[in-house]
Amino acid sequence: MNDPRNSPLDRTQSNTAPAGAGKPTADPGKGADGGAGAKAPVRPLKSGMSIVPSETIAGTALVFVIGIMAFLACLTLGAVSLINSSANQWQSDISREVTIQIRPSDEVGMEDAIKQASRIALSFAGVSRVEALDDDATVRLLEPWLGTGLQLSELPVPRILTVTLAADAKPDFEGMRSRLESDVPGSSLDDHRAWVDRLTTMAWTMVAIGTAIFLLVMAATVTTVIFATRGAMAGNKDVVEVLHFVGADGRFIAAQFQKHFLVLGLKGALCGAVAAIFLFLVLGVWSSQSLATPEGDQISALFGTFSLSWSGYFGMLLVMVFVSVMTAMTSSWTVRSQVNLLQDYRRAS
Amino acid sequence: MIRFENVGLRYGLGREVLSDLSFDVRPKSFQFLTGPSGAGKTSLLRLMLMSIRPTRGLVHVFGREASTIRPDQMPILRRKIGVVFQDFRLLNHLTTFENVALPLQVRGKMEADYRQDVKDLLDWVGLGHRMHVLPPVLSGGEKQRAAIARALIDQPDILLADEPTGNVDPPLAARLLRLFIELHRSGTSVIIATHDLGLMDQFDARRLVLNSGRLQIYE
Repeated sequence: MNDPRNSPLDRTQSNTAPAGAGKPTADPGKGADGGAGAKAPVRPLKSGMSIVPSETIAGTALVFVIGIMAFLACLTLGAVSLINSSANQWQSDISREVTIQIRPSDEVGMEDAIKQASRIALSFAGVSRVEALDDDATVRLLEPWLGTGLQLSELPVPRILTVTLAADAKPDFEGMRSRLESDVPGSSLDDHRAWVDRLTTMAWTMVAIGTAIFLLVMAATVTTVIFATRGAMAGNKDVVEVLHFVGADGRFIAAQFQKHFLVLGLKGALCGAVAAIFLFLVLGVWSSQSLATPEGDQISALFGTFSLSWSGYFGMLLVMVFVSVMTAMTSSWTVRSQVNLLQDYRRAS
Repeated sequence: MIRFENVGLRYGLGREVLSDLSFDVRPKSFQFLTGPSGAGKTSLLRLMLMSIRPTRGLVHVFGREASTIRPDQMPILRRKIGVVFQDFRLLNHLTTFENVALPLQVRGKMEADYRQDVKDLLDWVGLGHRMHVLPPVLSGGEKQRAAIARALIDQPDILLADEPTGNVDPPLAARLLRLFIELHRSGTSVIIATHDLGLMDQFDARRLVLNSGRLQIYE
């Protein structure tokens, strides 16, 4: 204890020495309390540790869990993105083509009816080509049900006309349908609306399922982080109490934990997202190499070529950022709610 | 600064450990809080620190009845109260310097602004040469002084010290007492909880004596 005239406690900064506050004669550090009076090694003034040491937080397990969650979230996002783009592809393929079906009629010959229907269809704007399925193609079409050697003249088989539409064209289907029905007996127009509706419903269902899985994964992540934060707070109970008693508010205490959890969240989410991106890249390469095989054709018919768009990969990076930020925010919220309990002026128990 | 009105305290459904306490702690005052072990000294300090709520009666701190203070305002009031814990409560992974600077750090002050103040205070309490070390390396007396320095660093309006000389020999206890006296003369109200009669005899001050949960005051 040095000269009290220079005391750091002197609020007035005057040179008046407080009587009685004597100057110690011995170095208190070497006092009779058995101080470790040996020379301290030269060390930096700061320990380099944060107020809440990272070693006290069960980081490895949390990074692992967050990694799995981020992987599942990215997988869900990628699958939804693939199915959505495949559905769009199917929808656009179907909507570029409509079909006219002509049932045999006693009123007019089939060949005349085909010509008449073709003329009507071509008279509408947006129709680029009309092609009637020839006899051979029709026989081949019916072969699985009626067997080989079918004679079309012996059976009242309807004939199909494929109407190809120009890109982005939207012909007046209602007008075409009514003219065909009035001018060509036994004809009908199928614009595949039912299929398109089903595909749209399926795409939305997949998006809804994907969103539900994503939300479940996020809920599991939040719950895990809450438990991990509570565990970290329990492990640092002494630190939290000291901070509380030296006047730290909830925001300050939460920030001490939040920065650790942000880093843990980033590590986990990065691992999960990179693993998911790698998986999609590998699947993309595999599917492009097995295009000619029956399995490859089957899979590519369902899921396309497994090639995610850039927006899909960008979405996965967004998931990574989202998971990290959510981890940090969840831990912050948990700490603040726990600190609020501590700061509550409560009855002794 | 602190005023108790008919305060009673019991833990859970147990008997009352403090009964009908009515007293005040005036600005710039100095008092010893004494009594036998288990008399309720630490509980009384916790009541003053607003760490627990009385079972009955009113506690006024800095002119405000404690139960009316919102939780978000508590830290602001606690910053006016310095506390020296019986068990020091230093953070073992931080250096002595960082431990003492902690109250300033939580107030959002920049290290460049308080670095010299912390060094000066550590020099003043005789820990200038120990500011780089971690608490586990410090002796009991050094820890005690580090804990005291942490309580003083922001010049609190009130200092609550729980057995601050419990772990030191009489000469160092006398030196620590002089430190508290100087703090008191610089304008801080000091409340020292102790059962060390020898220490109390060294300075003529008001005595709050707790016995079986009841308080007697000797001005």
